[in-house]
Amino acid sequence: MKRKKSYDYARFGYIFSIPFVLAWLVFQLYPILYTLLLGFTDLKGAGNTDFNIMWSEPFKNFITVLKNKSFKIAFGNTLIIWGLNFVPQILLALLIAAWFTNRRSTIKAQGIFKVLFYLPNIITQATVAMLFFQLSLYPKGVLNDLLLMLKIIKQPVDMQRIANVAKGFVIFIQTWMWYGYTAIVLISGVLGISPELFEAAEVDGANQWQTFFRVTIPSIKTMLLFTLVTSLIGGLNMFDIPKLFLNGGPNNATLTTSLYIYNKAFQGGYLYGEASAASMIMFFIIVFLSCIVFYLLRDKDEVELRRLVRKQEKEYKRKLKMSKM
Amino acid sequence: MSNNSNLQLTVEGREKGKGGVVQKIIIYIVSITLSILSILPFWLMFVNATRSTPQIQSTAISFLPSTHLFDNIKILSSKNMFKPLKGFLNSFICAGGSTILAVYFSSLTAYAQVVYEWKLRNAFFSFIMAIMMLPGQLTLIGFLQMCYKLHLTDNLLMLIIPAIAAPSMVFFMKQYLHPALPIEIVHSARIDGAREFYIFNKIVLPIMKPAIATQAIFAFVGSWNNLFTPMVLINSTKKYTMPMMVSLLRADIYKTEYGSIYAGLTLTILPLILVYIFLSKYIVAGVALGSVKG
Repeated sequence: MKRKKSYDYARFGYIFSIPFVLAWLVFQLYPILYTLLLGFTDLKGAGNTDFNIMWSEPFKNFITVLKNKSFKIAFGNTLIIWGLNFVPQILLALLIAAWFTNRRSTIKAQGIFKVLFYLPNIITQATVAMLFFQLSLYPKGVLNDLLLMLKIIKQPVDMQRIANVAKGFVIFIQTWMWYGYTAIVLISGVLGISPELFEAAEVDGANQWQTFFRVTIPSIKTMLLFTLVTSLIGGLNMFDIPKLFLNGGPNNATLTTSLYIYNKAFQGGYLYGEASAASMIMFFIIVFLSCIVFYLLRDKDEVELRRLVRKQEKEYKRKLKMSKM
Repeated sequence: MSNNSNLQLTVEGREKGKGGVVQKIIIYIVSITLSILSILPFWLMFVNATRSTPQIQSTAISFLPSTHLFDNIKILSSKNMFKPLKGFLNSFICAGGSTILAVYFSSLTAYAQVVYEWKLRNAFFSFIMAIMMLPGQLTLIGFLQMCYKLHLTDNLLMLIIPAIAAPSMVFFMKQYLHPALPIEIVHSARIDGAREFYIFNKIVLPIMKPAIATQAIFAFVGSWNNLFTPMVLINSTKKYTMPMMVSLLRADIYKTEYGSIYAGLTLTILPLILVYIFLSKYIVAGVALGSVKG
């Protein structure tokens, strides 16, 4: 008797993926396409949903945004704030990772240190921003008092009015919030390196620095690149801290692109069209960056395996055809 | 052999030598300094939350708490604007709801990836990885316009339902489930007559508990801390989430109530601090796990 053809389980693969796909189509893809469309329209006014596509000059919004002085400042600020926070962040994280994974001397209480390093990352950014606003008040503020006490300054300084100091605060907050996260990620990366590599380096008489630069860093290269790109994507979306710290001020010193988009779309003129264009410019930059992440994340062995399987299938089909002929 | 023992000696020498001790001291000093730096701003906040505004005005900095915490909270609530309980409740509804949806449907999608052989499976997984990093924040204008048309603005549901599609969580769940689920369990359950959906709910979900717990913490905290989306979608104060309540502390009526502002800030992060005290071990382990492979 012929065995009953096995029940078709494959359809459950599709059925169980439906909720995800539906939610993604409605709540993510549709907004993407709609925002893109709005970029070509003159939509403005709070709560307004009627728009005209500007057929005569479709790219008007995009050109306006790219020529806009505030947008250029915002874009520059976003990159500066990200860059100046990423460099100390990754250096500090690497240092901690090297120290905490050192095979020659074990550091006690690592668990507690990690918990404390990560603490600022879990606290609501809005609260952190407001807190630093309060701490840096003038003339009577906690930080001013502290600096006076330590005799670093002679008179209270209005830190929130000095452009570079304000920017420095945002950079500091970002570094302070993220180095712990990066350190934990890198530590787990270093712990994943095969111990044999370190043993070999030890046998060869490499000192700590040599081991670090010749073994550790090359082994976590992909992870470092991944950290760089994901941090950049996060940095390009920076909003909470600059918004609630000084709302982009003083004199646009802490204005980021996300804050620019927010102000364009939800304040003053409610220029949805223009804000959509700005959003899409940032969106495509991030899409480009996430292509890099995608490339880094793909399972190299699996890709190779799949390629081989496909090749064999083709070969097999060809042979089958040949034999039929 | 002699070579080997020599090596042993030098290694030990290095470890016990002066250099090693100095390095260790430096490591501890830096680590302790960084730890203090993590706590200090929050400690200063807490201390000032317990001091009266006149006290803060005479000396803003103090490391020791005073006794005015409840007066400050009283002033805060008397202005009828900043409502931490309301914010807590709204945030709890949003974060709780979206976490449950995200965790459940991500597990389901991951399960479909791991257990069934279907034609589009690999293509679908590549697609999930491709959309993982797409920033929702930048398409919020389109999202808002959609909500306007559906008359769903100012509705907490729109902060919850989109969580069903969480690509990075699906990615994580699949990485976890793939080695953790012995396919024989599924087969034998089928022989016992269990339906596919039942197998997922009653057998697979319990197996996934550790992954679900980790992902749930991060989803919850992420949603709890989100400022941008609710700020765009919600306009009535009674639906404000916690981070939005924080922005109310900027209002003019609180401008000179320094003690109260610090008390308000303390209230907004108290739940998070409590959660962190109890779950920090798992959270830190989760961060390390979520780092994907290098």
